[in-house]
Amino acid sequence: MLIETKGLKKTFKSRGKEVEAVRGVDLAVKEGEVFGLLGPNGAGKTTTMRMLSTLIEPTEGQAVVCGHDLAREAGKVRRDIGYVGQAGGTWGEVTAREELVMQGRLYGMSKKRSQVRAVEVLEAFQLGEYADRNVKTYSGGQKRRLDIALGIMHEPKLLFLDEPTTGLDPQSRAHMWDEVRALRERGTAIFLTTHYLDEADALCDRLAIIDHGEIVAEGTPIALKKEVAGDVVAVGVADRAAEAHDLFAAKDFVREVETGEADPATGIAILRLYVDDGAAALPELLRALDGADLSPASIELHRPSLDDVFLKQTGRSLREEK
Amino acid sequence: MKVFRDTWLVYSRAMKLNLKQPVWLIVMLVQPIYFLFLFAPLLEPMDGMPGFENGAMETFVPGLIIMMALFGSAFVGFGLIAELRQGVIERMRVTPVSRIALMLGRTLSTVTTTVFQSLALVLLAAATGKLDVYWPGVALMLLIVMLTAFMLAAVSLGLAIILKSEDAMAPTINTLVQPIMLISGIMLPMVMAPAWLQNVADFNPFYYAVQASRELFAGNLDSSFVWEAPVILGALTIVLVWWATRKFARAVA
Repeated sequence: MLIETKGLKKTFKSRGKEVEAVRGVDLAVKEGEVFGLLGPNGAGKTTTMRMLSTLIEPTEGQAVVCGHDLAREAGKVRRDIGYVGQAGGTWGEVTAREELVMQGRLYGMSKKRSQVRAVEVLEAFQLGEYADRNVKTYSGGQKRRLDIALGIMHEPKLLFLDEPTTGLDPQSRAHMWDEVRALRERGTAIFLTTHYLDEADALCDRLAIIDHGEIVAEGTPIALKKEVAGDVVAVGVADRAAEAHDLFAAKDFVREVETGEADPATGIAILRLYVDDGAAALPELLRALDGADLSPASIELHRPSLDDVFLKQTGRSLREEK
Repeated sequence: MKVFRDTWLVYSRAMKLNLKQPVWLIVMLVQPIYFLFLFAPLLEPMDGMPGFENGAMETFVPGLIIMMALFGSAFVGFGLIAELRQGVIERMRVTPVSRIALMLGRTLSTVTTTVFQSLALVLLAAATGKLDVYWPGVALMLLIVMLTAFMLAAVSLGLAIILKSEDAMAPTINTLVQPIMLISGIMLPMVMAPAWLQNVADFNPFYYAVQASRELFAGNLDSSFVWEAPVILGALTIVLVWWATRKFARAVA
């Protein structure tokens, strides 16, 4: 195990009030895997990551990171991990090469070794041709690549990425996913936070869903989705949503029904039905609606997404958070 | 030693950044130059009067140098706030770099630039031909300048970490530095002050810095200020650098 935590807690004092940002997190991250922490803004993702990367001290609980105790051997933890924060950490008036060489030296490399390694890393992240330009001239994607390059100068066993693709355009985002996969191929384990469902789904070997400072689900994306149901049918009803809810809930092939808030503009409420076989259920559902003289405003059949997992655990949609 | 190596790394990065923006080093000289040419002439008739026994310019110029050290280093925290926002400090705090080095390296780069600015100012003042300079004393005076810059840079960096915003930083520094400057006798010697104000000045470490600088500048090496100033400033520097380092190590940036 690269990370093992037990009851990790963080309480902040803000204007005399105590705020529990993280309330007892148990996590395990294995060697070489991409592990994601998925949750809405303010769920405690960044705070958890900052504790595990030695930036802030936990209020309570224990953690072992790369075989070192987080509280007693922070120095050893720092040597084995890389960390890329949301802000990145580069300074506009410095060139990529200068920052990289400096970074290597902060990790104890000799000047020569650091220069050689900087060239390797610049090549690996396709930054070679901009190496001697000031960072302030970089595009968002180039800057993000440099951020990650800085994080792996010392070849850490484990790399922390805090919201690695937030603010990137779709193309740079796809590139970033490729970079993360390439790092994993080379044996670096990655711990990342994200509030993008598709990112967690596409990139992570395993993930934990965090909400209000607590882990609400953990597993592979496939297993998590399987837990929810075979298929999800989303039915939009303009009014009489409660009636439709009862109607669907009475069917024995419907495992669960979640009724969302009605849209204030259109009055349409979305009912989400978790069923084993969507194709078989659909005609039955339509017949039931017809029989009750209810006409659906919309109807959609899809495989469960991580949002359905989140919805089921918290009663809220992650999409609505933004 | 790891601390020295790391301090050197942080120092050389800060110096490189300073040299990339030499404009700032010159801008910091502009204010004292204004004082030298637009205010100092007003003091010339005071030559030989109480408080100006060493000569009018010989009294004013050393004070001016301490003033430059005060202001130059008290504002270095602004640069740190920008670095905090960009995540630079966070990035460095995750590396195994020595915590004290992160602070010392930056502080020492301020000391270096302040020493060069002080030398530039002394040379400029000497070039006006209106004052006698005791050069060995100037060398010793630079030690006082270094301690002043070292201490205030540390305080400024510590405050930057606590306040985290330029908007809060500017009034805090001004509120702190203005009275310190006024009751240090930089503009006019404290012997001209009423007794109560003189008593207050006795508790201002920079009053000693200014007085010691004047005595060294004039070559009065046997003045008690000459040893009092480094002892007081040195002790304060140790305490404040320790405080700032703790802030650095625990910063929740």
